Amino acid sequence: MDAVDNTILIRLRDTIERALRVPHYRSAFANVGIASAEDIQTIEDFQKIPVTHKEDLRQNYPIGLFAEPLENIVRIQASSGTTGKMTVVGYTAKDIDMWAAAVAKALERAGITPQDIVQVGYGYGLFTGGLGLHYGSERLGALTIPLSGGNTERHIAFLRDLKSTVLACTPSYALHIAAAAADMGLTPKDFHLRVGVFGAEPWTEAMRGEIKQRLGLERALDIYGLSEVMGPGVAMECVHMKGLHLAPNFYPEILDDQGRVVPQGRKGELVLTSMGKEAFPSVRYRTKDLTTLTYGHCACGFCGWSLEKISGRVDDMLIIRGVNVFPSQIEEAILAVEGIEPHYLIVVDRQGALDALEVQVEVAPEVVDEISLLEDLREKLSQRIYTILGLGARVRFVEPRSLPRSEGKAVRVLDKRK
Amino acid sequence: MLQLSIFLENAKGRLAQALSVLAELNVNIQALSLADTKDYGVLRLIVDNPEKVEAQLKERAYVVKVTPVWCLRVEDRPGGLAEVLGKLVERGVVVEYMYGFVEKAGEMAQIVLRVRDQAVMEAAMGELREF
Repeated sequence: MDAVDNTILIRLRDTIERALRVPHYRSAFANVGIASAEDIQTIEDFQKIPVTHKEDLRQNYPIGLFAEPLENIVRIQASSGTTGKMTVVGYTAKDIDMWAAAVAKALERAGITPQDIVQVGYGYGLFTGGLGLHYGSERLGALTIPLSGGNTERHIAFLRDLKSTVLACTPSYALHIAAAAADMGLTPKDFHLRVGVFGAEPWTEAMRGEIKQRLGLERALDIYGLSEVMGPGVAMECVHMKGLHLAPNFYPEILDDQGRVVPQGRKGELVLTSMGKEAFPSVRYRTKDLTTLTYGHCACGFCGWSLEKISGRVDDMLIIRGVNVFPSQIEEAILAVEGIEPHYLIVVDRQGALDALEVQVEVAPEVVDEISLLEDLREKLSQRIYTILGLGARVRFVEPRSLPRSEGKAVRVLDKRK
Repeated sequence: MLQLSIFLENAKGRLAQALSVLAELNVNIQALSLADTKDYGVLRLIVDNPEKVEAQLKERAYVVKVTPVWCLRVEDRPGGLAEVLGKLVERGVVVEYMYGFVEKAGEMAQIVLRVRDQAVMEAAMGELREF
């Protein structure tokens, strides 16, 4: 939908009016000649507004971008700070309510009902994952188990003993739970899982198949969100898996690498503006996530924007010997080779004048014995990577559990050139 | 007979660490061989209760596998092994790898054999027993 209807403009003007209470936005808007919400008459006017970067949040740490006084704020959350200084966001009671409703609606479209038992393995605390999922699941009326991340044995015990039907965590943690359960001699038949709600890091279709099989899931669905605009539930796949349906509280745009808005269907960086959020209005926030947008109806009843599964992050892209490489491409190669585990670390280094790409992977127990078989696997993976990237990679087998698995965001790239 | 194979990174102290875990588990190693490459190696062991040790090692996050192998006794003299192996090869047996050890008491040596095709080996062994 390139022609934006009037309702959207009215809601965007509300956000602008709210943002004008914040000194940072007031001066940023003034630089492009916007002094009041009434200066936004068309979507072209809106597109003149400067984008907001993560760095703006950092510079206004902790509460410089809040549009409500602290007495109206009932909750703060903060980003994990894996890539720098922490950023803090706030919510009014109405914001929390809107967030819970958005997550509940998303879970409902995923085929989750009040009869389900939802086990939450996202971290509880400042990270939005745990509490975001929790409130939404409770709002839906499902029994919600606040296990948080990290205690894998307890996760396995609850999956078995309480017969949880839904697992919500990062995809890498889901695989970690599956591996630990297999080591304890358990199979998917010992569990009662039906649906997986996985997010907080990009994951591929191949990874989806792998997790479904290892945990015996009917469906593994992608949930998307970030604290800077709300938290999990900004968008999520429904049972039909036709993209991640964007909650109606956000206006999306896609920018190309020059920062220009691109037409619908073209890939680029997702930029989000909140509509109706009080404490922390998001104004053209650059998510750094790469996707494409479509607008339309879905068989689940949803009508609005949907995001294609996030294919990577703008800052995840590595340039190796002049070739653009996304970790998701290497993940695809790894998952295509049987006998290699879906955990990996990409190490880029400079040897002399040349960039060297090393891919560290773990091998599955089935293939451990004959060296010739292991060497065949190594060759196969390195050829696969070559086919996808056009780049030679050194494949290195490492011992299990030596590669990162996360409850938050997995670190999959080590760039030693920096 | 079942053999235990453990994947190890080719890094300082990894072998020693694995062996000390086995000591802790009170595992007596009857025979062993180590195949190594630049980055990693496979430690192959003949132990009592290999499946139990496999489970214990998995709990400790090792990549382990039990593999069926053949354990043959050959005479501990020049040509003892060559003779037996010659007979097996004549009967179509393909050896993937092997290693040997000498019994503490007696004049026999033992060899551990991993073959490509179990059925061919079984047939060959059946014929050899008839001699």
